Amino acid sequence: MDWETVIGLETHAQLSTRSKMFSGAATAFGAAPNTQACAFDIALPGVLPVPNKGAVERAIRFGLAVGGEVRRRSVFARKNYFYPDLPKGYQISQFEAPIVQGGALRIVLPDGAEKTVRLTRAHLEEDAGKSLHEDFHGMSGIDLNRAGTPLLEIVSEPDMRSAAEAVAYAKALHALVRWIDICDGNMQEGSFRCDANVSVRPAGSDTLGTRCEIKNLNSFRFLERAIEYEARRQIAICEEGGRIVQETRLYDPDRDETRSMRSKEEAHDYRYFPEPDLPPLEVTDAWLAAVGAALPELPAAKRERYERELALPAHDAITLTASRDTAAYFEEVVSGLAEAEQGGEAQARAKAAANWVAGELAGALNRAGLDIARSPVKARDLARLIARIRDDTISGKIAKEVFDAMWAGEGAADAIIERRGLRQITDTGALEAIIDGIVAANPAQVAEYRSGKEKAFNFFVGQAMKATKGKGNPVQVTEILKRKLAG
Amino acid sequence: MSLPLSEVMRIAALARIAVSEAEAEAVRGQLNGIFAMIARMNAVDTTGVEPMAHVRDVTLRLREDIVTEADRHAAFQAIAPQVEDGLYLVPKVIE
Amino acid sequence: MFDASLTELAAALAAKRISSVELTRLFLDRIARLDGSLNAFITVDPERSLAQARAADRRLGAGEGGPLTGIPVAHKDLFLTEGWPSTCGSRMLANFVAPYDAHVIERFNAAGAVILGKTNMDEFAMGSSNESSWFGAARNPWNPECVPGGSSGGSATAVAARMAPAATGTDTGGSIRQPAALTGICGLKPTYGVVSRHGMVAFASSLDQGGPLARSAEELAALMNVMAGFDARDSTSLERPAEDYARELARPVAGLRIGVPREYFAEGLAPEVAAAVQAAIDALQKLGATTSDVDLPNTGLSVPAYYVIAPAEASSNLSRYDGVRYGFRAPEYDDLMDMYCRSRAAGFGAEVKRRILVGTYVLSHGYYDAYYLKAQKIRRLIANDFAEAFKRCDVIVGPTTPGVAFRLGEKTADPVQMYLDDIYTVAVNLAGLPALSIPCGFGRGGDAGPASDLSRGGLLPIGLQLIGDYFAEARLLGVAHQYQRGTDWHRRAPPIGH
Repeated sequence: MDWETVIGLETHAQLSTRSKMFSGAATAFGAAPNTQACAFDIALPGVLPVPNKGAVERAIRFGLAVGGEVRRRSVFARKNYFYPDLPKGYQISQFEAPIVQGGALRIVLPDGAEKTVRLTRAHLEEDAGKSLHEDFHGMSGIDLNRAGTPLLEIVSEPDMRSAAEAVAYAKALHALVRWIDICDGNMQEGSFRCDANVSVRPAGSDTLGTRCEIKNLNSFRFLERAIEYEARRQIAICEEGGRIVQETRLYDPDRDETRSMRSKEEAHDYRYFPEPDLPPLEVTDAWLAAVGAALPELPAAKRERYERELALPAHDAITLTASRDTAAYFEEVVSGLAEAEQGGEAQARAKAAANWVAGELAGALNRAGLDIARSPVKARDLARLIARIRDDTISGKIAKEVFDAMWAGEGAADAIIERRGLRQITDTGALEAIIDGIVAANPAQVAEYRSGKEKAFNFFVGQAMKATKGKGNPVQVTEILKRKLAG
Repeated sequence: MSLPLSEVMRIAALARIAVSEAEAEAVRGQLNGIFAMIARMNAVDTTGVEPMAHVRDVTLRLREDIVTEADRHAAFQAIAPQVEDGLYLVPKVIE
Repeated sequence: MFDASLTELAAALAAKRISSVELTRLFLDRIARLDGSLNAFITVDPERSLAQARAADRRLGAGEGGPLTGIPVAHKDLFLTEGWPSTCGSRMLANFVAPYDAHVIERFNAAGAVILGKTNMDEFAMGSSNESSWFGAARNPWNPECVPGGSSGGSATAVAARMAPAATGTDTGGSIRQPAALTGICGLKPTYGVVSRHGMVAFASSLDQGGPLARSAEELAALMNVMAGFDARDSTSLERPAEDYARELARPVAGLRIGVPREYFAEGLAPEVAAAVQAAIDALQKLGATTSDVDLPNTGLSVPAYYVIAPAEASSNLSRYDGVRYGFRAPEYDDLMDMYCRSRAAGFGAEVKRRILVGTYVLSHGYYDAYYLKAQKIRRLIANDFAEAFKRCDVIVGPTTPGVAFRLGEKTADPVQMYLDDIYTVAVNLAGLPALSIPCGFGRGGDAGPASDLSRGGLLPIGLQLIGDYFAEARLLGVAHQYQRGTDWHRRAPPIGH
């Protein structure tokens, strides 16, 4: 039988506020244990929650960015359960009336196909602390610095059908929360965490199978491998006629498998009820409009604009809108180029800029493991380099050499070109002299070409470039060669 | 309504309160009395009535995103049952 | 000096007829003398109190005193008080020394009042008799065999026995008004949101409200002027301009429209209480008030709804007492689950555990709609009843309790019986309205015991309840003050300590 995997993701994005969701304690990562856990965070008696406007605003930003409905009136609720990293014995979350309802995210799969994943909701809540399992005489240590950090829990519909789709969704979501500046996306520090709900069903079936929730997926690779493992596990059970038990499973990256979480096995009964310490949260039309007005152009809109206005192909537009930094870099190259050229054809400039940003630069950044914001070659400098190609000062091939030198910190493009003498030979007389020499020295190849072997032409181009150390203007070289070889 | 003993035990476990069966049996009678009293609520039809979670129709004030709390962990941990290296110690947490 | 009002004490302090240190010592000595049998205080710390008194004397000396500067005030032991044990009447917090001050404490401190001690209370404010305290029951000064009411029983006893000029309390379902009634003093439960809950240990968050206990309405007004006020740390604190709660004390009662709810005089009300309350209504009519019947048809549902909502919120509020960060931890346990269960089993008393179980049950899966949601809907109906009534009257008047103080142990076996006694007080909390109780007479009770126990022929105080519309505290206090100008029930002192 053929099986279909059905996946929905629940993502916890830590909101990039300075202070916590309901207290004025700092949220900075890596502080000494419990030094950022204030009276509210450790749940001393009598301390009450006061919500952080910055966190609410970030949730609104998200709602607008995914086209969801931002509720004018949402309700905080208590989710009750006992755990040592949950000091109050309840988590303040949202249950029946989350701040964001619905919305969708467009994802691009590795093969270039595109798909829309619907979002169920996104709600505000507070994070728990951490249990440290190093041995303290057989005990666990509790650090509550993270307790109370604002989270946006983003729940997707079960719209994904493979681990690859789930990863594409997670990456798109990760890019979006960074794009709209609500989450730093640092997965090592746990700022962006995914739980996957996985089920399988016979291909063609339209009922959902029993799902398992997989936790602890703190990298895209683990997400992919955990889903693949879990789907295989469930299919194997089904094929043997077994039944899937609904449960929470933990992904173990060392063994590359998922296993049942004993501690979560107890029947969940969270006893949600409206948080009596907090009246309903209201978002006024004016606030919503102000947040909307301050929102940057979103990746989907930008991508569409690049394709429409700049005539970039889809794959370039997608690459260039992968992050807000990439798009900003690209746009700065384009504007730098426009300044340098003062006129000319905008779409051709954009294409040239796109080729460099998505090509040479992306490759170099990738090799160096650098984010584009930390590129040693700044956008304005790259623009000047591209301008030198487009005004025929250097060839595209030589430009790569110049780029490498810029990357190594040798200075601006023009300085490198001058210092290394890389300026293109555009003196027709000089080029003719060189080419005459080559034609004279290679009578056999001349004969070959003239007998109709067009391929021999490339030999002459190669010889000419070699003789000019790559500096011969390729267009001129071709033109002169054609003329000379024609005899 | 009459709560079975198993239900009393289930609630006690959910509330993290240790009870022996004998204690649960004793408390069961009291709980049944309380729930019989509570059942008087059923005398009134509340169809269409908006539930009231808060006394007055007030809206939530929001706090500016500013760090206002200083580190007081030494004072807080002075009243803790068991701490080490700034951490609260609990019996091993099993995940 | 023990019978002096706050105004008289302030005048004596201002005129240097007595210093705050002397005054504080007087009360500390009286506590030392009487509290062994009354058990109104959980913690008394003379050194700390006297240090505050010395500071108050300096302030008075500099001419910077206010109405409460230098006056000792006792605080219910659920107001967190930095450096003081703040036990909430529970073994769970028996060793809990608060690391910060409640808003109410901050305000009394800022006013220069002296913290006289922390008063006994039903554990986590759950009870109507003070018998659920881990530190033993407080006793009613009118008859130590009787309860002082609860949960603010220690505060009421302290004020009634003249061990404190005034005290603070909290009222979730009657916990200020009921003990005030049973001990013959005055207590005000303000509009929900008027007094900050910051630093007040939570019982039921949507119902809890702090308020003052004293011997007269005039004094309650002075205390409210200190206690009330906006606090951004409590999201349910109401942001309103500061008001003077004494501003209507002099206003005549003439023209006041009194609503008398039939439901508050139905079956279950002791005839002697009904008679005393009726006499008080008559007295108000003589002062020029008019009366009319009002309907509060859902009164009978208030106790059931209250005993769903309050335990539900409490079950969640008390989850933080888990033996991890502070409070009681069982000495022996097998594992984490066992540590939780044993710490909570031994740290909480029977009444608290009963309510946690009720609350856990009504919120649990499959029961939420039938209990919690239903109770919230009834809460709306009850609030609507009051809104209707206040279209036709300014103040609702009735009894605070169905009877006078009962004997210790009399109602502990049957919690439901004790709960049903809350019939006249809980609706006010569900609606969030202000209400106060003032003494209006004495009764013998059903089984008042041998007359030799008691003064005045074995009499126990009866309370009159005045309920107002939202923010009508000043008006309520004015009506009560005018009543007290013509009566002396509030001046009667229990037969002790002479």
